Amino acid sequence: MAGLPKLAVWKFSSCDGCQLSLLHCEDELLPLLGRIEIAYFPEATRTELDGPYDVSLVEGSVTTPEEAERIEAVRDRSEVLVAIGACATTGGIQALRNSADVDELARVVYAHPEYLDTLETSSPISAHVEVDHEIQGCPISRGQLLDTLLAILTGRRPNLPQSSVCMECKMLGTPCLMVTSGIGCLGPVTQAGCGALCPSYDRGCFGCYGPKELPNTAALAGRWSELGIPADAVARAFRTFTGNAPAFREESDRHG
Amino acid sequence: MATDTSSVLLPDALEVIVQELRGRGWRVVAPVRRNDAVVHDEITSVTELPIGWHDVQTPGSYRLEHRGDGAFFGYAVGPDSWKRELFPPRAALLSARRDGRASTDGPGDTAGTGTDDGAGFVVTPAVPDRRRSAFLGVRSCEVAAMEIQDRVLLHGHHVDEDYRARRAQAFVIAVNCTAPASTCFCASTGTGPAVRAGADLVLTEILDDDHRFLAEVGTTEGAELLDLVPRRPAEPADVAAAARAVQAARHRMGVTLDTEGLHDLLLGNLEHPRLDDVADRCLCCTNCTLACPTCFCTTIEDATDLSGDVAERTRVWDSCFTLRYSEMHGGRTRTSARARYRQWLTHKLATWVDQFGSLGCVGCGRCITWCPVGIDLRAEVAAIRADQEAGAGREGASR
Repeated sequence: MAGLPKLAVWKFSSCDGCQLSLLHCEDELLPLLGRIEIAYFPEATRTELDGPYDVSLVEGSVTTPEEAERIEAVRDRSEVLVAIGACATTGGIQALRNSADVDELARVVYAHPEYLDTLETSSPISAHVEVDHEIQGCPISRGQLLDTLLAILTGRRPNLPQSSVCMECKMLGTPCLMVTSGIGCLGPVTQAGCGALCPSYDRGCFGCYGPKELPNTAALAGRWSELGIPADAVARAFRTFTGNAPAFREESDRHG
Repeated sequence: MATDTSSVLLPDALEVIVQELRGRGWRVVAPVRRNDAVVHDEITSVTELPIGWHDVQTPGSYRLEHRGDGAFFGYAVGPDSWKRELFPPRAALLSARRDGRASTDGPGDTAGTGTDDGAGFVVTPAVPDRRRSAFLGVRSCEVAAMEIQDRVLLHGHHVDEDYRARRAQAFVIAVNCTAPASTCFCASTGTGPAVRAGADLVLTEILDDDHRFLAEVGTTEGAELLDLVPRRPAEPADVAAAARAVQAARHRMGVTLDTEGLHDLLLGNLEHPRLDDVADRCLCCTNCTLACPTCFCTTIEDATDLSGDVAERTRVWDSCFTLRYSEMHGGRTRTSARARYRQWLTHKLATWVDQFGSLGCVGCGRCITWCPVGIDLRAEVAAIRADQEAGAGREGASR
């Protein structure tokens, strides 16, 4: 296997769901291993090959002083660094603490908070080191992960559109739920990639792929209000999986 | 359409048409009710049409209601346009396989399967589907949209081969519109509600004492189909009833977009403050452009397989409302919502005329209904026009 590019998969503060997307590739996984060598991936193998690594996938956000140091070391040993998932690209659900008192939260949650050594905030990887590609989503799309790896191996640009979920609904032929049913949907401000999964099942998008390019959250929130959706529901909608992404956080703050 | 060839069909005759076409192996695509909307899909019987349904459309809102009758075509256009059939969201263009034999002789044929590009790749163009399709229930605005896309995709310098194949396989059974929505304005753009040309058959649904359809022939192929269907010659009363129904639709719509001097109005107001106002409301979500039956912007997507030896190139719907669409070397040219909305509005209603000889808008109203925040281009144009006329008035008064 000598000569194949080396892949490392790193975990920071996260649920492991995004790195499992790589194992979830199943049928594609074995052929992929003909082109890339897994050098570090504790979820999959005990093998640990030293760096430097050609490609590093980084899952999770930075929430401890130890992680803040470790991400620097990962960056130093990686040729291409790809942040994967809502945690790594925005800070994730755990960034809810960014607008609360961390010490107070720790006292409520842990019997012995004195053992914790945690940062005030949960922050995305890009707040600490340079990131080459970001794959948004909670969890990420298997297809986007594979395409990004193949793009890096081939030397082409990954197909990671930054446009809205609406494009995916329209391409699938799913009629707009806001228009036909008057329900709240974050699709118009959320980045595509999920294949418009929720609207396909008559559920409004809840923004787990994070903000699209230049999202007009104020106009969408205004329409939600016209549809009779209360302000606290608007605030919660923007403060879920990617609530620490600046556009969503600011819109959420405007509503409570 | 000529009335000397018109005849009258009873509702059962439409089922005969559907079964005849299906018997030939054709797909019959028609409006159906699904996900609280009238969309297009393949049908096996006319009973799958949204019989007795009616749509209530306003900016940003679409609701289906019962009409209380058995009308086959008692609704306006829904979110799907026939663009989905003729110019689908994704179309394969070519595949390239690396054969590892870089040729020193330059490009050449390799065994009829593709073209060796001289760099060790065999390039094979995609083969469009050859199956015939009949589109049932096509409205006048949609026939006009097909003619506009023909000018863009067939009659320009570059022919889109996938579109050409699909267009050649299409058989159009149009329906004169008798049920426009509040968002419809084909009477303003001169593209409806009556079909003038471009269809194989044209039906008008008549819903007085007896439910029937006036059928007019548009092409030889349409006439040959009609010959196989139970019918009677049209009487003057049938023709008059059909004309009344279409005229009523025209009156109900009225003129809601004043096209007089539209080209110069828009191009003379490129910095109008109304564009800042619309930029505050616009989500740049692309819904208007993807629902539009004439918008044709696409991007090219290249994908590689796991082996790294096969690449596929796909044409994918894109929109002038995405940042990526205006990306060139050195950057993006339309980074604000204002710039993107202005590009779309002025292209549809002004520069399309310079480029292709007609408006790029057929008045179907989809961009109004399917805008999640209900932006109505008629209102935007009217605001700019009112300001211009008020300004002209002020100028006149000060002289």
